[in-house]
Amino acid sequence: MSDALLQIRNLRIEATSYPPGEPPRDVVLVDDVSVSVEKGRVLGLIGESGAGKSTIGLSSMAYGRGGVRLTGGTILLNGRDIRLADARALRALRGREVTYVAQSAAAAFNPAIRLMDQVIEACLAHGVMPRAEAEARAVMLFGKLGLPDPENFGKRYPHQVSGGQLQRAMTAMALCPKPDLVVFDEPTTALDVTTQIEVLAAIKDAIRETGVAALYITHDLAVVAQVADDILVLRHGKRIEHGTTEQIITAPGEPYTQALVSVRSIDHVEKADAPAVLQIQNVTARYRGTHFDVLKNITMDLPAGQTLAVVGESGSGKSTLARVITGLLPPSQGRIRFAGRELAPALAARTRDDLREVQMIYQMADTAMNPRQTVGTIIGRPLEFYFGLRGEAKRKRIQELLDQIEMSKGFIDRYPAELSGGQKQRVCIARALAAKPKLIICDEVTSALDPLVADGILKLLLALQAAEGVAYLFITHDLATVRAIADRIAVMYRGEVRRYGQKTDVLTPPFDDYTDLLLSSVPEMKMGWLEGVLDSRRMEAAGN
Amino acid sequence: MHPVLTLVVQRIALGLLLLLAVSAVIFLGVAALPGDTAQAILGQSATPQALANLRIEMGLDQPALTRYFNWLGGILTGDLGTSLSNRTDIAAAISQRLGNTLFLAGWAAVISVPLAILLGLVAARYNGRWPDKLISGVTLSTISLPEFVVGYIVLYFLAVKWQLFPSVAMVFPGMGMMERLNAVILPVIVLVLVVLAHMMRMTRAAILNVMQSAYIETAELKGLSPMQVIWRHAFPNAIAPVVNVVMLNLAYLVVGVVVVEVVFVYPGMGQYLVDHVAKRDLPVVQAVGLIFAAVYIGLNIMADVISILANPRLRHPK
Amino acid sequence: MRIPISALIGMFFTAAFFLAAIFAPLIAPFGMAEIVGGVWDPASGTHWFGTDAIGRDLLSRMIYGGQTTIFVASAATMLSFTLGSVLGFSAAVAGGWVDQGLSRMVDLVMAIPALILALVILSVLPVTLTVLILVMGLLDATRVFRLARAVAVDITVMDYVEAARLRGEGWAWIIFREILPNALSPLVAELGLRFIFAVLFISTLSFLGLGVQPPLADWGGIVKENSSGLVYGIPAALIPAFAIAVLAISVNMVADWVLSRTTSLKGGRG
Repeated sequence: MSDALLQIRNLRIEATSYPPGEPPRDVVLVDDVSVSVEKGRVLGLIGESGAGKSTIGLSSMAYGRGGVRLTGGTILLNGRDIRLADARALRALRGREVTYVAQSAAAAFNPAIRLMDQVIEACLAHGVMPRAEAEARAVMLFGKLGLPDPENFGKRYPHQVSGGQLQRAMTAMALCPKPDLVVFDEPTTALDVTTQIEVLAAIKDAIRETGVAALYITHDLAVVAQVADDILVLRHGKRIEHGTTEQIITAPGEPYTQALVSVRSIDHVEKADAPAVLQIQNVTARYRGTHFDVLKNITMDLPAGQTLAVVGESGSGKSTLARVITGLLPPSQGRIRFAGRELAPALAARTRDDLREVQMIYQMADTAMNPRQTVGTIIGRPLEFYFGLRGEAKRKRIQELLDQIEMSKGFIDRYPAELSGGQKQRVCIARALAAKPKLIICDEVTSALDPLVADGILKLLLALQAAEGVAYLFITHDLATVRAIADRIAVMYRGEVRRYGQKTDVLTPPFDDYTDLLLSSVPEMKMGWLEGVLDSRRMEAAGN
Repeated sequence: MHPVLTLVVQRIALGLLLLLAVSAVIFLGVAALPGDTAQAILGQSATPQALANLRIEMGLDQPALTRYFNWLGGILTGDLGTSLSNRTDIAAAISQRLGNTLFLAGWAAVISVPLAILLGLVAARYNGRWPDKLISGVTLSTISLPEFVVGYIVLYFLAVKWQLFPSVAMVFPGMGMMERLNAVILPVIVLVLVVLAHMMRMTRAAILNVMQSAYIETAELKGLSPMQVIWRHAFPNAIAPVVNVVMLNLAYLVVGVVVVEVVFVYPGMGQYLVDHVAKRDLPVVQAVGLIFAAVYIGLNIMADVISILANPRLRHPK
Repeated sequence: MRIPISALIGMFFTAAFFLAAIFAPLIAPFGMAEIVGGVWDPASGTHWFGTDAIGRDLLSRMIYGGQTTIFVASAATMLSFTLGSVLGFSAAVAGGWVDQGLSRMVDLVMAIPALILALVILSVLPVTLTVLILVMGLLDATRVFRLARAVAVDITVMDYVEAARLRGEGWAWIIFREILPNALSPLVAELGLRFIFAVLFISTLSFLGLGVQPPLADWGGIVKENSSGLVYGIPAALIPAFAIAVLAISVNMVADWVLSRTTSLKGGRG
């Protein structure tokens, strides 16, 4: 333990919360957590939202974001306690001994200053090296991190480069002053999966080559398994389990860790082919006032009572497809057949049954429910609107629906703000079910949820499909979700369908280039996966 | 052409178009109102003959559109028309007064802008602590007062009770600079108080908004000193919103100056306008109204142009 | 629900002013235009605020003046509010050329300072209470329109409004059940601010001699009538000035509280 660079003991972090209309009260964000990072080692901090992982990460610089207070314990950095250090001492260590890589580099870079000046700023402010040397080091780091044209990269402004490049530039900025410790706070979470793997590899290489120690914060166990030597699992601001990466991944001790490791391992066998309830035929679409097609000649079928997963990264057109099917964006070409009839292109021309039989569930359950309506009103309105149910009959049906989404009838008079994220999404599912639809379009319905909650929603959706025979068009960027729920898959890229078919066919080689890239980029929960993928990509590239 | 230049030119062109539309509203809109100008001037007892004569004299027998274009053409060549009430040339009557008004408004701007920015910075720096609360409380009460009330309060205490300054702002040609300044000191104080409150509150909000950006946290985590953070990271991004705030609030001066001139009997454009509204002297009212609107629109254009120029995304396109 | 002390004070004074305005004839000790004393008599047991420039009881004149000021301001606010919010909501929900047309028209009117435009209009129209209310209401409706439209646009992009559209709901449901309940709080806070603006506006016009015409009293006019006394150290003109300030600050404090509740009301039961 003499090598310990950072030693946090019994850390307690509090903040003041200001609930509207009530007196302010103190809440404990982190309670009795101890963290230790040795020189040259990488510690992964993992947990769901609200676990306190970012708060702990920033405490290594004795920084409390937005009125957060470090109220107890010791934070030993290079042997001295920094928790109660004065402002001058803190300035001397921030950006010098410890540096920080934020989740959203796009927001963390100053839009008015050239990248180079921001990258070397800490070096100059702390007098680590003269400007010329710092610039040379920055160019060297740009090169190592795989940025294009490293010599001239720094001359650009943040808005002139892509999100993945900014994230690498931020890593260069953190490494430039030769710190002892770098805090990576979800550095790849906001990126598309094919970009994530590249940035992850660049970060890992840079850590290894500079020999810096790191705290790597993420909610994704598969990601952290690729870079961390040790892992600390957190929940609700408390320590759950600590161990080497291998031990956490292969032999988790605590039930919570076991659940995290086995998440998305739902066993779903695809159903046999059946007559289609939805047929999308040669659909091309573009937004008004633009000059390119967001969807290009899309054709796919969805069998009744089954799930068609539409997979793609941002910009693939998958959400536009949902707008075309619902009639919000009439296609410029092609047609949509549904339950044996042709759907009118525009929403206004559709019959009430057309509307009732196609329902939609959104990514953000928060904005999908009117905050001024109770759960009862939200679920009851389709019953009233489509079936004319009133009074006792309506109330009874609402209770049945609440039963189906595994919520007690006490929720009927609650407002959305009083529900948890998973409960909100369940209410949205109930609202869709209330219309007795043949098809539900699920637009990234689990993306905003923590993995365990998302798992519960997926299981619920599968159970409801089995009971009600409803078909899902499941739009997602997450291949693990696809594996868990799909019968059919359509892989989309830049408005085109790259690969389409039954799940096993789509996921079985030989692949086209894009599907191969996409599939192989999804982090797997095993050590060495990253190197394996990169090695095989290099070999393929060499073979060609 | 650089894309920023294109945007600036577009913005200025749009502003000029707006000014043209405003001139149409001031002239044609008024012509469309149900009131009878000739009747209003001569009163209910006027003979039909007198009314007809006046209408011909005012050109009211011609279609409104013709009159509008004549009027507009005149204005573009510096001819603002003739006053109905005293038959004098409006442009000549205005020139002296315009100078006086600009003198008053100019000093108010010179004092209030730095003061507002400074107070806004202080309030933002001590956000939520006592300096902030004090400044915000005082400015809240000033915002709730109409200009003439502030004027009379200042006049009553500073000029009458304590006899510090003259109560009537007399200026005349040939007056020395110091005398002139001494004469306008009370109206300037009132205008500063009126503009300061709005400007300071909005400056504070703009700075707080910038200070909450993620890149400010990045700068703090680099171990920069608070001054370095503010100067290098906050300032370049705060220019555009603060300039915007300043310009928008200078527009308050346009309205404030009208009232303050009446309070202190100051021979400027505002008093001239108010006098002639009471006399129902439409040509004067329209000409002066258009000048005020032009200044107002001009300030808004300037605010937008500076915002465009200060935006790095526009200055350095992809 | 805890009401902050500042909001309580604001509510108390606002209510007091409105009650005094409504029951003016019952409260006022003398008639509005009744000459009962000398020029600028000092405050006494009979004349609490003294008398004005031509010997009328200042307290009575203040009470009747408050009635006029509050009546004109309330009427103008109601007009601007109804017109502005109906048009603003319609523009947001309808979109397209309806929105474009209305928004550009509002831009045009707002490109001229309100006081200047009012002066231009009042130089042609006869200055009566009806005309004043109409001019103030119409000019101020542009500001309400901007706010109502902005609030409604923010709400129409929400998924729950899209969900209602996909369900096949009509305009009435979308405006009254989905948008209005969520737009109410900011609009109510704005109502207070618009009312203050109307009070300041009518007072300013009257002060300039272009608003409420004598012998009818209103606060701005009373300031004007007594302003010449200030130079002789007679503070009669400051009393209505003070009344305007207290009313404006009181309403402001209530509006601030309503606005701060906006966030807390989202979804809560209130």
